[in-house]
Amino acid sequence: MSEMMDYKSRLSDPASRKFETFSYLPEMSPEQIRKQVEYIVKKGWNPAIEHTEPENAFGHYWYMWKLPMFGETDVDKILAEAEACHKANPTHHVRLIGYDNYAQSQGAAMVIYRGKPV
Amino acid sequence: MRFPIAYVKTCGGPPHGIQVERDIMNKYGRPLLGCTIKPKLGLSAKNYGRAVYECLRGGLDFTKDDENVNSQPFMRWKQRFDFVMEAIHKAERETGERKGHYLNVTAPTPEEMYKRAEYAKEIGAPIIMHDYITGGFCAHTGLANWCRENGLLLHVHRAMHAVIDRNPHHGIHFRVLTKVLRLMGGDHLHTGTVVGKLEGDRASTLGWIDLLRESYVQEDRSRGIFFDQDWGSMPGAFAVASGGIHVWHMPALVNIFGDDAVLQFGGGTLGHPWGNAAGAAANRVALEACVEARNQGRELEKEGKEILTAAAKHSPELKVAMETWKEIKFEFDTVDKLDVAHK
Repeated sequence: MSEMMDYKSRLSDPASRKFETFSYLPEMSPEQIRKQVEYIVKKGWNPAIEHTEPENAFGHYWYMWKLPMFGETDVDKILAEAEACHKANPTHHVRLIGYDNYAQSQGAAMVIYRGKPV
Repeated sequence: MRFPIAYVKTCGGPPHGIQVERDIMNKYGRPLLGCTIKPKLGLSAKNYGRAVYECLRGGLDFTKDDENVNSQPFMRWKQRFDFVMEAIHKAERETGERKGHYLNVTAPTPEEMYKRAEYAKEIGAPIIMHDYITGGFCAHTGLANWCRENGLLLHVHRAMHAVIDRNPHHGIHFRVLTKVLRLMGGDHLHTGTVVGKLEGDRASTLGWIDLLRESYVQEDRSRGIFFDQDWGSMPGAFAVASGGIHVWHMPALVNIFGDDAVLQFGGGTLGHPWGNAAGAAANRVALEACVEARNQGRELEKEGKEILTAAAKHSPELKVAMETWKEIKFEFDTVDKLDVAHK
């Protein structure tokens, strides 16, 4: 058994802040992001992009990037919107959402561009 | 037993249901992750709060009072509630995520139960729990209505169910107890795991998971469902998988239960050689790796080992967890079986 490690998480260390689904995995590559967008489209969910300053990530309401892309099934168009949001807000967390209109809930939600936590 | 839709419509059902709970807790696109705090009896309130805090800061969404933690001389309920709330608040500020602990309000009398529930509300707890069979159906229905009115989520444990549902010649099958609970109200219900301690067989467990979550369930005798059941607009509740599960079961659990479940690893969190926080982080990494792989269209139960091994490359906690639990298997026959001869 390897030597015991301390669990490095501190109130004083902003790097300890997480942001829900997939935030315990390394940041996704463009290839991985594409696969998650494909999943949302395949499920028939409505994609949407949201973003926020990392210090306000705990709140329920992030800023919407434009409006949810109702009925959009073109993976490249969805990725382009996510990228445009990231370019316009380079220090923000950018979240990809898939709205499931049958369950009346978000079927998927994940931060795909990570801001620097403060 | 089939409940006609006219009857279903007269029942309150889950105080909030799956969608509302996801919104309150801000958890989407994955199963939730929990842990029952052990040892179940004997910790002081402060030490108990420590165990809760370590689990939550490590990445769990919920921790849970065990069903037999009520108010004992070594840990009275009020001190437990106070210390646990401090643990929740600190873990939330530390991780930036929403956290909860199922405060057990099961009590000797309904009056005492409401007293504890009121106090949980007063100190800002997001969720409480109740043993619906030991507490009794009448007391439970009242508590579910109270939870709806007061905005607290309700986790439901099924302590004592086996006395009622395990004898093949007498009693009430768990699929019926599940329907009764959904009508009375609960936002989570324990369902067994299929893997791990292997209490229920796969088909019948899938049957009552459907009864708990879906809006219409068709007759399917291979799953022990004897009648169509229409739930109308009644919300569904989360299925809780708990008992004898560890990190190696994660691919199968995600595949069997899907997203609308709470996966609760007790010993599978607390038994991590580096402590509760590391155990929690290991399970959270494993869960997210499995969900990501599933979304990519990979077959979890076939490729589980590769998925977990790849995720462990960037998580020393997961790597150690995989070493710790690789030999642990429960090789018992299932005890909750469908009566195939008479179906």
